[in-house]
Amino acid sequence: MIRFSLRTVGLAAITLVLASIVIFIGVRLLPGDPAQVLAGEQASPELLAAIREQFGLDQPLWVQYLRYVGEALQGNLGMSTRNNIPVTDLLLQRLPVTLELTALALAVAIIVGVSAGIVSAVKQGRFPDYVANGLGLIGLSVPSFWLGLIAILLFSVTWHVLPASGFVPFTTDPAGNLRGMVLPALVLGVGLSAVLMRQTRSALLGQLSADYVRTARSKGVGRGTEVRHAMRNSLTTVVTVLGLQLGGLIGGAIITEQIFVLPGFGKLMVDSVSSRDYPVLQGAVLLTVTAYIVVNLLVDIAYAYLNPRIRLNGGTE
Amino acid sequence: MTAAVSAVVPARPRPQWRRIARRFLHRPMAIVGLVLVLAFIALAVVGPMLTSDPDLQDFQVVLSPPSLAHPLGTDDLGRDVLARVANGARVSLLAGVVSTAIALVVGITLGLISGFYRGWFDAVLGRIVDVLLAFPFLIFAVGLAAILGASLTNVIAALAISQVPAVIRIARGEAMSIRDQEYVSGAIADGSRDGAIILKYVLPNAASAFIVQATVAIPAAIIGEATLSFLGLGVQPPNASWGILLTGAQQYLAQAPYLAVFPGLAIALTTLGFNLLGDGLRDALDPKGHR
Amino acid sequence: MSTIAAAPAAATTSAVLEVDRLHVEFSTEGGCVMAVKDVSFTLGRGEILALVGESGCGKSTVAMSIPRLLGDTRARIEGSIRLDGVDLATLSERQMRHVRGKDISVVFQEPMTSLNPAYTIGRQIVEVIRQHEKVKRSAAMRRAVELLALVGIPDARRRLSAFPHELSGGMRQRVMIAIAVACDPKVIIADEPTTALDVTIQAGVLDIFRRLRDTLGTAIVLITHDLGVVAEVADSVAVMYAGRVVEQCSTGEIFARPAHPYTRGLLGALPSRALMRGGRRRLADIAGVVPPPTVDPDECQFAPRCPRATAACVAARPPLAPFVPGHRVACIHAGGEETA
Repeated sequence: MIRFSLRTVGLAAITLVLASIVIFIGVRLLPGDPAQVLAGEQASPELLAAIREQFGLDQPLWVQYLRYVGEALQGNLGMSTRNNIPVTDLLLQRLPVTLELTALALAVAIIVGVSAGIVSAVKQGRFPDYVANGLGLIGLSVPSFWLGLIAILLFSVTWHVLPASGFVPFTTDPAGNLRGMVLPALVLGVGLSAVLMRQTRSALLGQLSADYVRTARSKGVGRGTEVRHAMRNSLTTVVTVLGLQLGGLIGGAIITEQIFVLPGFGKLMVDSVSSRDYPVLQGAVLLTVTAYIVVNLLVDIAYAYLNPRIRLNGGTE
Repeated sequence: MTAAVSAVVPARPRPQWRRIARRFLHRPMAIVGLVLVLAFIALAVVGPMLTSDPDLQDFQVVLSPPSLAHPLGTDDLGRDVLARVANGARVSLLAGVVSTAIALVVGITLGLISGFYRGWFDAVLGRIVDVLLAFPFLIFAVGLAAILGASLTNVIAALAISQVPAVIRIARGEAMSIRDQEYVSGAIADGSRDGAIILKYVLPNAASAFIVQATVAIPAAIIGEATLSFLGLGVQPPNASWGILLTGAQQYLAQAPYLAVFPGLAIALTTLGFNLLGDGLRDALDPKGHR
Repeated sequence: MSTIAAAPAAATTSAVLEVDRLHVEFSTEGGCVMAVKDVSFTLGRGEILALVGESGCGKSTVAMSIPRLLGDTRARIEGSIRLDGVDLATLSERQMRHVRGKDISVVFQEPMTSLNPAYTIGRQIVEVIRQHEKVKRSAAMRRAVELLALVGIPDARRRLSAFPHELSGGMRQRVMIAIAVACDPKVIIADEPTTALDVTIQAGVLDIFRRLRDTLGTAIVLITHDLGVVAEVADSVAVMYAGRVVEQCSTGEIFARPAHPYTRGLLGALPSRALMRGGRRRLADIAGVVPPPTVDPDECQFAPRCPRATAACVAARPPLAPFVPGHRVACIHAGGEETA
């Protein structure tokens, strides 16, 4: 287990380093000269040169990269070019919103998706299965930003039961915060619920016809216990799917924040693209990708924990 | 449990397209999917010819609800929503099909070579794919769109590049498993050239996986285009795209909800069509697998 | 168990299990498959009956229909299966659950896949004990240790916390047997219990069955295609071909006086009794293939492959009739000297 974990962590670290290089180069490829952005349109060549020297922009790219990484490891991701606030502060300020949104959406998706998948598999070919499958297909097909607009149209504009926008920090007003988060979390969770439902269903169907389930039945256990046997072995699939879909959830969060005007990460990212605030964009993407890699790492470890064959053999199945 | 039949050296298994088509047509939901997809293509190809000019502004009928003259109503500039939805379909079809086609061609080529030969090329490419897959799809697409600048061509490029890593991974897996089959080893032993083997054996046998992947990738690209355009990183107004239409609708949600309903419905039905089509094809191509 | 105890006593005194005119049909896309046709046998206390035949002959279907494990939707079952005189078909699914694992238990063919890979051995044994008996987990655990020792697993206490993949195939099959005997069943259905195992391990597993029969009086239905296994442990044999029993007698009789040409074909490839013992002997290769199970013509189904087939064989299906006392065979040429 320890050897397995070390290898997984090592691979994730390499991926992270390479991804940070991709991000760094990607940001350099963005249109516009960072010095120009800093100095403004009318800056003299001398001023531009001075700025380049001050920020090390005249150095070779790899030196700039190493410097950036060195600073980043100390928690310094540079300054926002738009409002001269440290990028780190900006990110930390926005982080709780996105974390809350994704955590709530994840909870919705797991609860709804997994239980619907179980019901659907157990009642295969019968009414609940058709309902779950139908809803699953719709959930899969409806883009989240449209779902967001429709949700606002119904719940805020027409029925006035939930706010369409306006974020309140949880610490100031927990009830108001949750009220504001209900719609975004549901909207963001729908797509993942649908994916989870379908994958849980197909994994569970596969496991329900496994030999060991027949063994369980030959012992005289009830249907519930049979399903529990099969579900225990489907969990690896569910966890894997969760890991694979987290990227979609993060992507979905960008749009959801945009629609419900939540001051989170995604909104920060999109705003920084349109305002050409590249240090912020770079920091936000880097942090998102880091989080994504770390979560996938946790998924790998959880997977190993759920599957005793990997847990004990340290790697290959 | 059938009787033991004398074992024959397996010939190259040919996908039985006729049987697959019959199995496909036996599923009502698959037909619904096919019809939805065909309707979408028809809307994209023929629609713009039958409707009025999508950019024609008519300030007499600003934000008017659906009527005979304007079946889906008009927007804040008095433009016909039906005409704009039809034009949006054209943009969606273009973005979905072209970006997926590019991603498939590039991804399949690289993936098949990588899986067939293994070795250093596979190791390097595998590493690159791992790193690229570490970026959430939409963040990758947003980043690329930001680098390339906002336009339809660049959106297509961004979506194509974003899809390539996943295609490489699938193609690589297919090539690796097919390479180990007896009919391929036989062909290698016969001294066939590698390129010929890949084209004659590996590609046809992996085709079903790629077809299914296409039915996943096209709607993903359609939603991707709409999303990027919605965020202002894709097609730019006044051009019509389903994402752009929804951006515009956002401001008039209370006065003109139909502005938000129809373009979104178009996206949802198109995606639903591709999903049903994909499910149907998957079942028809692999009847043993669970849905 | 109360359901069975309350039922009227069996007509026949010593029989634990009576299978009477069992028919099993599956509806598939290709039509109706008649997997089992008119199969009858009785099993006394402490008796080991071997069901022998090629794969596809219906022997596993017979085995799985006894504890009603065929999967309810596709299979249509006729005839009766009586356990201590109680027709199992009349029991509700809930009542049947009290029978499975308690009165009738099963050892499956595949020890590699028949145990849940995610649960420990101990948990899987305890599950069946606590399903049928009101005992504490700790008591069930102690029982599990005894059971593992009974089936010859060394260091039983430590093995309780092992996962299936940590055990060899032979050990896993012993665990399966431990689960099967945990509640002291009247009948164990063993579906090819040694097929997936190495030759060296087979003998040990068969020995456990013999010991169970001797010490606990368990009756065993042993499904096999391995005549070596039959010779080793079975008391009586039923040879199946294309869904029917074609010959039925004691084990000694079948080796001494095989009457059906099919049985003779099976035995033909056996070099000698000595080699067979402990050795792994598959059924002989008999030319031709088994007819499709979708048709059931009124003729001897073996005729197309039979060296002694005549026009009379396809005129009408020969019934399973007494050949000598205690030996029944379904062949009009039974007993004649083999010309080949």
